[in-house]
Amino acid sequence: MDKLLTLTLGGLTSGAVYAALGLSLVIIFRATRVVNFAQPALALISAYVAFSVNKATGGYWLGFAAALLTGALLGALTERLIMRRLADRGHLAPVIVTLGLLMVLQAVAGMIWSAEPRSFPYAFDFRGTFSPAAGFAVAVVLVVAAGVLVLFKATPLGLRMRAAAFRPDVAGLLGVRVGLMLTIGWTLAAAVGALAGLLAVPPFIYPTALDSVFVHALAAAVIGGLDNPVGTIAGGFALGVGLSFVSGYVGPELVTMAALAILVAVLVVRPHGLFGHAVARRV
Amino acid sequence: MAEPPLLRVSDVTVRFGGLTALDRVSFTAGHGEVLGVIGPNGAGKTTLFNVVCGFQQAQEGSLRWRGQVLRGHSPHRLAALGITRTLQGLGLFGHCTVLDNVMIGADRHARTGGLAGFFGLRRTAREDRALRERAMAVLADLGIDGHRDALPGALPYGLAKRVALARALVAEPDLLLLDEPAGGLSEQDMEDLGSRVRHLAESMAVVLVEHHMDLVMKVCDRVVVLDFGRVIADGTPAQVQADPAVTEAYLGAVPRA
Repeated sequence: MDKLLTLTLGGLTSGAVYAALGLSLVIIFRATRVVNFAQPALALISAYVAFSVNKATGGYWLGFAAALLTGALLGALTERLIMRRLADRGHLAPVIVTLGLLMVLQAVAGMIWSAEPRSFPYAFDFRGTFSPAAGFAVAVVLVVAAGVLVLFKATPLGLRMRAAAFRPDVAGLLGVRVGLMLTIGWTLAAAVGALAGLLAVPPFIYPTALDSVFVHALAAAVIGGLDNPVGTIAGGFALGVGLSFVSGYVGPELVTMAALAILVAVLVVRPHGLFGHAVARRV
Repeated sequence: MAEPPLLRVSDVTVRFGGLTALDRVSFTAGHGEVLGVIGPNGAGKTTLFNVVCGFQQAQEGSLRWRGQVLRGHSPHRLAALGITRTLQGLGLFGHCTVLDNVMIGADRHARTGGLAGFFGLRRTAREDRALRERAMAVLADLGIDGHRDALPGALPYGLAKRVALARALVAEPDLLLLDEPAGGLSEQDMEDLGSRVRHLAESMAVVLVEHHMDLVMKVCDRVVVLDFGRVIADGTPAQVQADPAVTEAYLGAVPRA
């Protein structure tokens, strides 16, 4: 019984990270129908900035804020400078470009901060079954997720963002600044991604630290439906707990395989996610 | 000096490769006027609307809005100028409720920009309330306020058309462009539309592209007839109906006895 509780709580903590990173993927996918494979790299650079600020000032929260700002800025720049040029280049170009960006940014991170693992602090004490650090991770992700949902569902800005995503031509005709809405979407998404990075990286940061987290976050987003924020958050927590059980009851070496198996199973049975709705695509 | 007309289209020419879609088209639309644009299929009516909306740039000619030439005209500036358009079909946001659809159209009056709306939550709440109230008023005016929470796809076509109209009206435009507003409507709905358009013309200019001749002849003050991209007639409905060039365009050449 104790083990079950420990595994569940541990799963919720890592699930919070999957949910946050998954949410950042969903925000961009809803707006542009692009899966942003560069997301872990944007989050990685943000976390490295936090690491540097941390070292220079010794304060955790200053680094935390710097990382969120860096993430937001990187997101906005990525959209303005790169993605906007690909708008009419078909479905494949953005995928290839974001993958390329992932590799470039990881290499750049290695060049600046070296490939050696560096120690990265937790926000709070991380000891115990459900430590303050774990509680913080779950709470902050839930608050951010709720904030994003309220923004989308209940504010004029969110309405304009949804309109710009579904019918950019019509939205533009109605006075919505479609380009600005895309930039805001990428900014918001990359800031949420940076938050996920800050929660996922400790205790060590290195250029590929977020790779496996990203695979799990992508699985969470696919489970939840790539255009469904609520589903993705639920999917993130469910996947975290599920993988924690696999690790605890079956064996930690099977975690990645289990994640991929779940991903494949969901794609076979419900290609639009457990909570997503099927989209008819015109050919 | 007389006040310039709201919209003046002068010698607008649009070519797609070798095809001339619009050939030196000129007309004006003024406040309080309903202008009909008719013509056989392929005459260039929709291209003309697209030029006025900025979807399509004219190779030659100019658009004047309140006497000012519109340069680098693009669709997203249309609402700010005070021009709104309905689309052929519906063009509604299927995932958003009727009220949300109309609130997007109210954007012209939103004072806070993107970032201010992002951070200033309190101000956004007030803005949100004002938008909502105006959207509800327009819905009530068109008799569809009972469907505010429905998704557009769940409504009968006639009602969905009214939602699209409400979305164009909520921005309180000075010029309303209606692209085939009567397409797919029942007789009764078309009656209502006719009297509504007349009523709207008291406070704005209306330009109407439409295939239903009886509706056009009934509600328009003036009619512009296009054929193969040229204006072949411009006058009152009675003048246009009596014009042999119009009959010829619609029915083919009349053999001369």
